Amino acid sequence: MDLAYGPEHQAFAAEVDAFLAAHRGRWPPAVGAPREQVLAWQKTLIAHGYAARTIPRAYGGYGAEPDILKSRIIAEAFTRAGAPGGLAGQGISMLVPTLLEVGAEEQKQRWIAPTLAGEIIWCQGYSEPGSGSDLASLSTRASEDGDDFLVNGQKIWTSTAKQADMIFCLVRTEPQAPKHAGISYLIFSMKTPGIEVRPLKTMTGAAEFNEVFFTDVRVPRTQIVGARGEGWRVANTTLKHERGMLGDPNAAENRLAAIIAMMKEETVSGERLIDNPVLRDRLMRLQARVLAMKFNGLRLITSQLAGEPPGLAGLVVKLQGCELNHQLAALAIDVLGELGVLYEDSPHLRNHGAWQQRYMFDLGLIIGGGTAQIQKNIISERGLGMPREPKTAEA
Amino acid sequence: MDFALSQDQKLMQASLAGTLDRASPLERVRAFAEIREPVARDVWGALTELGVPGLLIPEEHGGLGLGLLDAALVAETLGAHVAPTPFLGSAVLAPLAILAAGSPAQQQAWLPRLAAGEKLAGAAITETVSGGRDGAGIGAAAGKLSGKALFALDAAAADVILVADTAGGLWLVAGDAPGLTRVPLTTIDLTRSVSELRFERTPAEALVAGDAATTLTRLRDAAWTMTAADMLGAAGVMLDKAVAYAKERRQFGRLIGSFQAVKHLCAEMAAELEPCRALVWYAAYAQDAVPAEASLTAAHAKAHLSEVSRFVARTATEVHGGMGITDLLGLHYWFKRVGLDRQLFGGPERVRHLAAAIQGLAA
Repeated sequence: MDLAYGPEHQAFAAEVDAFLAAHRGRWPPAVGAPREQVLAWQKTLIAHGYAARTIPRAYGGYGAEPDILKSRIIAEAFTRAGAPGGLAGQGISMLVPTLLEVGAEEQKQRWIAPTLAGEIIWCQGYSEPGSGSDLASLSTRASEDGDDFLVNGQKIWTSTAKQADMIFCLVRTEPQAPKHAGISYLIFSMKTPGIEVRPLKTMTGAAEFNEVFFTDVRVPRTQIVGARGEGWRVANTTLKHERGMLGDPNAAENRLAAIIAMMKEETVSGERLIDNPVLRDRLMRLQARVLAMKFNGLRLITSQLAGEPPGLAGLVVKLQGCELNHQLAALAIDVLGELGVLYEDSPHLRNHGAWQQRYMFDLGLIIGGGTAQIQKNIISERGLGMPREPKTAEA
Repeated sequence: MDFALSQDQKLMQASLAGTLDRASPLERVRAFAEIREPVARDVWGALTELGVPGLLIPEEHGGLGLGLLDAALVAETLGAHVAPTPFLGSAVLAPLAILAAGSPAQQQAWLPRLAAGEKLAGAAITETVSGGRDGAGIGAAAGKLSGKALFALDAAAADVILVADTAGGLWLVAGDAPGLTRVPLTTIDLTRSVSELRFERTPAEALVAGDAATTLTRLRDAAWTMTAADMLGAAGVMLDKAVAYAKERRQFGRLIGSFQAVKHLCAEMAAELEPCRALVWYAAYAQDAVPAEASLTAAHAKAHLSEVSRFVARTATEVHGGMGITDLLGLHYWFKRVGLDRQLFGGPERVRHLAAAIQGLAA
């Protein structure tokens, strides 16, 4: 065990710090930056290898060898400096890795570079009203019509559908086949006639999601990623990338630091919140969890470096990480007491109402991307080798 | 960057586990608990062959010269086997104190013999870590100790006992010193030796090198880390046993492990326990390699493992159904092991208060 970086990585860290020092003040603000500035920053980041780092140059990336320590050094340095990192929409984090793994050469050439540059925004069409945890039961149909498919059906929880130029979408192409074998992975333009996007307002008051309706949407048959009927396997490539994304321990560490700062600053009847032993005990309980998940992350990096499977340490991240973030938001609300329920643009509002917003939105993250209950099935079956639930006849 | 155990550490843990399987199977643990032996010399003898008593003692004094991460791996394995050994007193707390605060003569007198397993050491530092109960506390005057210490560890058969007085001074007291009375305390956990020590003008040797407060902090942090590791091992075995039972026990024509009500309990135990491994590793590593984080991570490891292992202990027992609470099955040895670890050197509420104080968030 040795947590120090070797000379190569120390030199790399110095390089990243020098880049950030040279560009300080020239990066886009966290909110409200004009699109041109965001895209220009993304271009600079790719040119220096701080975004799209391991994507081959031929597809518009930087073309470095994968080195998770360097990726980690970049992420840490950018967080420390308060600099926005590379773009991370569903196109970049989910579609691009999928295309790289299973896409046709023509698809890689056409879609990856503009996606990395931020010129094409993607949305994900997986979940349906009738197919949530049982995603493979999805019923959006793509039926053959000459050289095209005609897509009919409905998707839900499509987060960036309003802004998206393109969608990557699971559709049923072989209705006679067993449910996992009849699915294909299609990509098509959101401008195609027959697509209707309806905002889906959630409990936060905002419409973070949408419903997308397809009526005879014509898609060329060449726009399948992977083989026809192989969409389930292709989608699992993508879901693997999403699961890693949802349990970021650094997010929890930053949240904890913000709560500690708030508890030192806020007073109730003249007493600092941090001086209340009951609230402080809750804070300490969560700090232990934040540290445990952070060190668990170090363990995962090490096993990845060694090319070893992450095992249970990896399987528990989504369940524990999402729950922890939710608990942190809950604590922030509770320490604020009545102030904690203020919302929207109310007088006396703290932190723009972000703690309530996160408390509600994070409940969605506990449910989305594989519910907590599905996670427990995965942990017990794959991690502990416990038997599966016997299938009922209709399943 | 490498946050994993080395090959040597994995081998050491495996050979220790193998030795304990032979030297300290559950029947041996039961006999120790039932007879209320002061110390299981056969078990300690088997561990001496692996060098366990001298783990932290430098090679020049006949030990292995390893660090607290290695000690934590031993503690984890001992917890997993609910092994009756004086490890914490004899191989961790007394050697650390003598190394940090002992004179060269004291080091020469004790370290080689502790390392060789010829002599046993105990530790009575509870009052300085978790406070004095029932009037406990030791006063020192003119090289003699008076008063009483509760929850002294591994002191019943010790040749020498590390004692902290209420002013924070550290002393070595011979097991047969005049004016020392050792009264065994019966805890739920019969796999470990816990005593009350009464001192009446008992002669003692002061440990005066270095800064006493720094030494006490190091002892406290080491004690927290070792009890956390002990709980990690014990809780890990309880989870394994629950999963194994759920895979063989049938009810309603099915393995009970195929019911989500049961498998989700197991998943929750694993989800809570698995990140604890990294927390314990890091805290133990920090004791020697990251001094600035040593106290805080040790406190969190102790408090968090106390919560998680209590949850695992009750849940794993529940998964076993009625069998879980029987003496026959013996699961209760692990249940009680974490029960004692939780309170030793401060229960989680007290330790979390100290965790806040360590980072300046509490007075």
